[in-house]
Amino acid sequence: MLSASHIRKTFDGAEVLRDVSLSVKEGEVVAIIGRSGSGKSTLLRCINHLEKIDSGEITIGKDTLVSSVDGKAVYAPQDRLRALCLKMGFVFQSYNLFPHWTVLDNLCIPQTAVLHRSRREAEKKALALLSRVGLGDRGSAYPCQLSGGQQQRVAIARALALDPEILCFDEPTSALDPELTREVLTVIRDLAKEKHTMLIVTHEMKFAREVADRIVFMHEGVIAAQGTPDEIMKGGNEQLLAFMGDLDQ
Amino acid sequence: MQYLNDPERLMKLLTQLTHGFGTTLSIFAMTLIISLPLGMIVALGRMSRHKLISAPVSFYILIMRGTPLMLQLFAVYFFLPRLIGPIPRLNAVYIAFGLNYAAYFAEIYRGGIMSIPPGQYEAAQVLGFTRSQTFMRIILPQTVKRVLLPVSNEVITLVKDTSLATAIAVSEMFLTAKNMTSSSGSVEPLFIAGVFYLLMNAVVTAFFNFLTNRFNYYHD
Repeated sequence: MLSASHIRKTFDGAEVLRDVSLSVKEGEVVAIIGRSGSGKSTLLRCINHLEKIDSGEITIGKDTLVSSVDGKAVYAPQDRLRALCLKMGFVFQSYNLFPHWTVLDNLCIPQTAVLHRSRREAEKKALALLSRVGLGDRGSAYPCQLSGGQQQRVAIARALALDPEILCFDEPTSALDPELTREVLTVIRDLAKEKHTMLIVTHEMKFAREVADRIVFMHEGVIAAQGTPDEIMKGGNEQLLAFMGDLDQ
Repeated sequence: MQYLNDPERLMKLLTQLTHGFGTTLSIFAMTLIISLPLGMIVALGRMSRHKLISAPVSFYILIMRGTPLMLQLFAVYFFLPRLIGPIPRLNAVYIAFGLNYAAYFAEIYRGGIMSIPPGQYEAAQVLGFTRSQTFMRIILPQTVKRVLLPVSNEVITLVKDTSLATAIAVSEMFLTAKNMTSSSGSVEPLFIAGVFYLLMNAVVTAFFNFLTNRFNYYHD
């Protein structure tokens, strides 16, 4: 469903991704873990075209987002890119709701303006999604009136409203305290049960082990280990063990 | 106390000042009608990624903000007619003020647009909004709230700057007051004109307070 191969990315000469290849199958939940600066968020952002790669290839379904010619990345034309990126939903660490719109508008306007759905259809979908994330009664609120956990749940509903084939999360709970983290993780856990294809960058090791079909451990710009939660725990990768040790402290 | 003690003379003074105030109001209104939208075009030009656009626009802003408005008024009044033929004094004022204030508004708008967090652009992008949709529906509405206060500063300054039109003998309120001071030898007309400016700015301030409250339904 999603395949990224031989991705290279530098920021001002510093190599952040060094020949990273990752693929996600339909219905699979993949968690990407690793220390800060390991490149895990950058990889997710590259896949969603929020960062441009230096070289490599990314395909979604049968369509190519970016490929490489003579070692240089060549992106699809603008319109094509937009259509392709719509196949993916993205949930940010800092929610990034639109503060000047109500919760309902945050969910409806992308549907009407981008997918040209009717307002009625959009509202029906929005209300259904809001009650699914436990916020059915908050449609008329503005984002500033919600807690961080509620905002993040709205952000998840907003992403789902466009019916993405893959849902991507970039450290969705890093800005939240433990209690609010729990309510957001519950929503993601439910999505995993429904076999949504998901790619989750997270610090929550316990959560990753619980929901992910496969865990990818990144270290210094490369994938250092990957496998099912059991495999990766038994694999004995040194960096992973050190990382886990730090988490336990 | 030539005027304040004499109701008849005072009425005459107020009538003449009110007449001049009409011109003051038209300078004020026309300047805003020209400069508020033009400022947005200038701001977008200034932020353009193409040097061929942003460099001349930067130069324009430098000239407009870097030289006296009165000098710009003279330049428009004396040099523009050589290019396009004679123009009425008042039109020269509209053009000079409009061009000048557009530069200030442009920089205010630019500051407002640049203060919108990058996350708003990123969220718009991943949701599939086009660049123009992103600007019109997400960036611009949030910018309006952010620029209200600095814009109100400029508008208040404009109320007082209208008196610069005196320099090319446009008979707005300040010139009327100055002439009456010259002919009577009393400074009262100038101070009464001052009260007019003060009252007008009280109205402007109230209007912006109203707008600010209207935008209070959300905060970032």
